[in-house]
Amino acid sequence: MSSPKQAAAVENKLNGGHRACAGCGFPIAIKEVLSSCKDPIVVVSATGCLEVTTTIYPYSAWKVPFLHNAFENAGATCSGVEGAYQSLKKQGKITKNIKFVAFGGDGGTYDIGLQSLSGAMERGHDMLYVCNNNEAYMNTGVQRSSATPKGTSTTTSPAGKVINGKQQNPKDLTEIMVAHNIPYVAQTTVGMWPDATKKFEKAFSITGAKFVNIYAPCIPGWGYDNSQTIKISKLVADTCMFPIYEVENGKYKINYKPSTKLPITEFYKTQTRFKALLKDEAAIASIQAYYDAKWARLLLMEEATNKA
Amino acid sequence: MEKTITARTGNEAMAEAMRQINPDVCAAYPITPATEIMQIFAGFVNDGKVKTNLITVESEHSAMSACIGSAAAGARTMTATSSQGLALMHEILFIASGIRLPIVMADVNRALSAPINIHCDHSDTMAERDSGWIQIFSENTQEAYDSMLQANRIAEHKDVQTPVMVTTDGFIISHGMERLEMYPDAEVQKFVGEYKAQYTVLDTDHPITVGSLVLTDYYLEYKKAQHEAMKTAKRVILEVGKEFGKTFGKEYGLIETYKTDDADFIIVVMGSTAGTTKAAIEELRQEGIKAGLLKIRVFRPFPAEEIAAVLSKAKAVAVLDRCESMSNQAGPVAVEVKSGLYDAGVKVPLASYIYGLGGREIYIEDLKNVYRELKNISEGKSKPEQAKYIGLKE
Repeated sequence: MSSPKQAAAVENKLNGGHRACAGCGFPIAIKEVLSSCKDPIVVVSATGCLEVTTTIYPYSAWKVPFLHNAFENAGATCSGVEGAYQSLKKQGKITKNIKFVAFGGDGGTYDIGLQSLSGAMERGHDMLYVCNNNEAYMNTGVQRSSATPKGTSTTTSPAGKVINGKQQNPKDLTEIMVAHNIPYVAQTTVGMWPDATKKFEKAFSITGAKFVNIYAPCIPGWGYDNSQTIKISKLVADTCMFPIYEVENGKYKINYKPSTKLPITEFYKTQTRFKALLKDEAAIASIQAYYDAKWARLLLMEEATNKA
Repeated sequence: MEKTITARTGNEAMAEAMRQINPDVCAAYPITPATEIMQIFAGFVNDGKVKTNLITVESEHSAMSACIGSAAAGARTMTATSSQGLALMHEILFIASGIRLPIVMADVNRALSAPINIHCDHSDTMAERDSGWIQIFSENTQEAYDSMLQANRIAEHKDVQTPVMVTTDGFIISHGMERLEMYPDAEVQKFVGEYKAQYTVLDTDHPITVGSLVLTDYYLEYKKAQHEAMKTAKRVILEVGKEFGKTFGKEYGLIETYKTDDADFIIVVMGSTAGTTKAAIEELRQEGIKAGLLKIRVFRPFPAEEIAAVLSKAKAVAVLDRCESMSNQAGPVAVEVKSGLYDAGVKVPLASYIYGLGGREIYIEDLKNVYRELKNISEGKSKPEQAKYIGLKE
């Protein structure tokens, strides 16, 4: 675990000058990941804002090896890199310890890349997969994804006169990863630097396939002022919509239990994507009930998996 | 050199070639009729006969994706697939060639759905003809084995750096048992050599960015570099084919000609049907018809000049395609041959045929009929037709 102040003292492996929006969530996630790894690291990325804004030829913001293949295959691509490393290491052609991380957005992870991710996790490659979750397809202009919360207005689920935003609750990808029985699965948010870096450090210390779902706000996609990224990404944890927890070898641990659990509307109020939803009290009541039940279930899972 | 005379199917020969090459990584997914290649190879892995890390992925899309990761990490990387599997790789094939990774693949030619069919035609490979891969076709098991042993040398050549697929005709070669001369492991390994990648993402002391976003200012130059590599590949394929001949006894080129020196009528064809065509030629020569064959071994890069030079002396030519391109013109091989003839200023009557789709048998008699039609064309008795189907049920 490190503080942002401590992290600022170590070399930044993602150079400034990349073209992500000022205040964007994912560069914070990258810094949290890279500053948590003590060994040399190789980064694999799915197509998305991360890749598009950091690798515009002939420039690159990366001070570590970086490989982008396509949109839906970061899991498989990283498994190939790691597979090559294992082979070359066994042959004595490489001696140093290298860590592998794959980044994907929620589009490249929850949806189009789910099979590739599932395969890589099932095969148990010694790699960490990090989902930069901003709850929609942002690189293509804010279309709904299976991570988008119910009632969110996106460009393919707009707040219309008849249908108000996305009609489905988000897929619970983190639980799908838990069901892969991999040694480490976690959720965190970019705004909780100590929690995030503690989780990434832990992930890098474990051999095998690891998955971290990190909440990474998107300024244009969510509609908020760029000074509010950290605040918003902390606020979500206080509503328990995106619980901060980890599952280590099947044991659940909720890392953050808010002293006062805030209603989801407190989160909605900060972003224009929920503007129309806020007027629909019935919808909000049903969505609140959905998240309450999910939270209650998570508390039970923690209790059940920690019994002696 | 002591060669071992064995009986092997095409798939067995491909797996044996891979065992001898002993790549660092294979990532593959099963599909009929290519499944056996990786099945046999998995046995080699688990019996400790190779050092390869076999990544048993969950789809062909992931197979090619993992191959890209592996090759970008500097590992010698191979895979095998067929038909729908190759089609599922489609998007990633362009990325493999675009970022210049020397992956080698065994592709077993099989028809594409729909209707679903597991038998041989070339539509899978032809659908990837613009993917930037070098494509080498095989007439028989021996050629498949020999070409596989040359593929890494071509792909990894510093001026080529382009992936290679070596194809066999589904079931006809893949499952047909044939005589195969195998070379000693040590000799093969000496010929193939060690692979040392120029750049790798595992060199963490010298970080590189691979797979950048290249926009309007450099994309064109990027593609031109690939274009030049494909031109160079032609020379390298010939060099490697020549060295292979010196080492193992059989030299390989871009095309093979059979009795074309004095031929009036020439059939152009790829794959196993070349063998059947040779048999037809033997019979027709008995009847006094001067028939010849031009077999295209390397379809990418396309040997247009070499083909035009051979066909320029013929009275009539037939190009046989084991693939439909639904263009209302001709199959893809015929279109490319015609384009090459035009550039060379060769005007020869040319008929094009579609045959063998979905594994439909092609017989010696069918090929003799094609030669007879060429004779009629040359005598002005009929006009050359395009995309004429052979063996169609009335």
